[in-house]
Amino acid sequence: MSASVATEAAVAVRNSRSGLVAIGAMAAFFAIAPFLGLYPVFLMKALCFALFACAFNLLIGFGGLLSFGHAMFLGTAGYACAHAAKVWGLSPEFAILFGTVCAAVLGVVVGALAIRRQGIYFAMITLALAQMIYFFCLQAKFTGGEDGIQAVPRGRLLGVFDLAEPLVMYYFVLVVFLAGFLLIYRTVHSPFGQVLKAIRENEPRAISLGYDAERYKLLAFVLSATLAGLAGATKAIVFQLASLTDVHWTMSGEVVLMTLLGGMGTIFGPVVGAFVIIGLESYLASFGQWVTVITGVIFVVCVLAFRRGIVGEFTAWWDARRL
Amino acid sequence: MLGISTQALFGQLLIGLINGAFYAMLSLGLAVIFGLLNIINFSHGAQYMLGAFCAWFLLQDFGIGYWWSLLIAPIVVGAIGVVIERTMLSRLYKLDHLYGLLLTFGLALIFQGVFTNYFGSSGQPYRLPEEFSGTFDLGFMFLPKYRAWVIIASLMVCLGTWFVIERTKLGSYLRAATENPALVQAFGINVPRMVTLTYGFGVGLAALAGVMAAPIYQVNPLMGANLIIVVFAVVVIGGMGSILGAIITGFGLGVVEGLTKVFYPEASNTVIFVVMVLVLLVKPAGLFGRER
Repeated sequence: MSASVATEAAVAVRNSRSGLVAIGAMAAFFAIAPFLGLYPVFLMKALCFALFACAFNLLIGFGGLLSFGHAMFLGTAGYACAHAAKVWGLSPEFAILFGTVCAAVLGVVVGALAIRRQGIYFAMITLALAQMIYFFCLQAKFTGGEDGIQAVPRGRLLGVFDLAEPLVMYYFVLVVFLAGFLLIYRTVHSPFGQVLKAIRENEPRAISLGYDAERYKLLAFVLSATLAGLAGATKAIVFQLASLTDVHWTMSGEVVLMTLLGGMGTIFGPVVGAFVIIGLESYLASFGQWVTVITGVIFVVCVLAFRRGIVGEFTAWWDARRL
Repeated sequence: MLGISTQALFGQLLIGLINGAFYAMLSLGLAVIFGLLNIINFSHGAQYMLGAFCAWFLLQDFGIGYWWSLLIAPIVVGAIGVVIERTMLSRLYKLDHLYGLLLTFGLALIFQGVFTNYFGSSGQPYRLPEEFSGTFDLGFMFLPKYRAWVIIASLMVCLGTWFVIERTKLGSYLRAATENPALVQAFGINVPRMVTLTYGFGVGLAALAGVMAAPIYQVNPLMGANLIIVVFAVVVIGGMGSILGAIITGFGLGVVEGLTKVFYPEASNTVIFVVMVLVLLVKPAGLFGRER
């Protein structure tokens, strides 16, 4: 999105070994987190949103595409997964798979439309299409309208693990999150990821070098949508609920906020951002509408004074100290 | 005709025209701001809401009526816009344009959150001015006087804006600065001040639409939130290159929406988005847009 983000990405590539160490440390921390006094429900919620934000970050941070409608993938996958688990009685792994596939299909359609325009128009188109999906979910029969799909069974994973146990559920969510996270990490550091960055920095030049920019952008969009869907489907199983909140534009704004606060274009930024925002929301839940105001203030402060985000600022500080 | 009474048909057409009037005024303001500042003003809906609330406060607390509100509310909200531009937006011009979108999105959340806190999400009624009570009998339907006024007034505002931008000296400066700000500045025109005033004007236009909307829709903290997304779709359909294009698209889509309510009400919420998809497939730059 800007030169500073690009240099950070370069730093991230240079430090790929320390990156793997950091990922290992993160995985270890989450593995023992429930025993450190953190509530599994909070952790699961934050991990789902962290995956959602990482998927979003793949698009904005590395592809330079600001989607303002990512809630449609989270929400659609949630509804599809909840419907599959509750009405069709699918086991949780297949229900999540079904939800994720639905999000991927939606991603192909929306992506093909949205990449026809760039920059600000891209943001407006994704927002408008997400609003269309919202109205569809509001009116369709199977989504349950204002009530959503409630009491979704968690079921038994692979017929063995009983997901009704909070800790079993937690570790399942952790595995899903880590799988998604590693896939994104791998993608960013692959030749595909490098081409994506080249397109972000200078699209005409990337095209002149023979890269089919549209196809790369579409592929990145679909991958991002799929992983956002994976987060949404998992979330539906965790909370046994799929509701309109997850398809509403405020959710699209929230994921933008998490990524912006944590650090756009950084590997760990979205995870940090998701934990901060989810923590803030559960802490401030009693303040009602003031949460919206605080969210807005964080947006304004981040854009004006804190564009690199928490992780971005930290990395910059760390690099400056070492030189 | 198809079992639909002319009464219902013209009634929905009228509602469509009214909605279209607001789409036109709001997308016009967005286009003017985008032309010079290159940012999409996400808080446009919130500023429309501020305009309506400003009129409501003026009437409730100061006994100042509709006509004065039409003048005062845009000035007050426009002044807020000027402050926002000077203190915040002006710091972002050198950065990626998306930051402007994110900043104004945050501002919209702040405005909406504060007002929802004090007024809840229910609407406050705004009393219709005396002179607008009653209807015109057109023979085939009754036309409420106020609705007729809204359509005519918004057309006048839109065409007035078009005239100023396309046919006056000031407008030619504005258009020149849109094309090449550095060159216009070199000719001795204070471009930063023009940018500030343009933002103030665009925001004032949103507030004016808010005042006009107050007696029709209730004055509600979230009245702009959903509207702005539809207006974004209108902007994508019309393309932001042309003022007249924005006006025509706004009214046209209002009518399309109204007709959908008659023939297939289930799709009335989504028809504008469907039109957007079709336009993107056929003419990605928008009906009146230029491919950059």
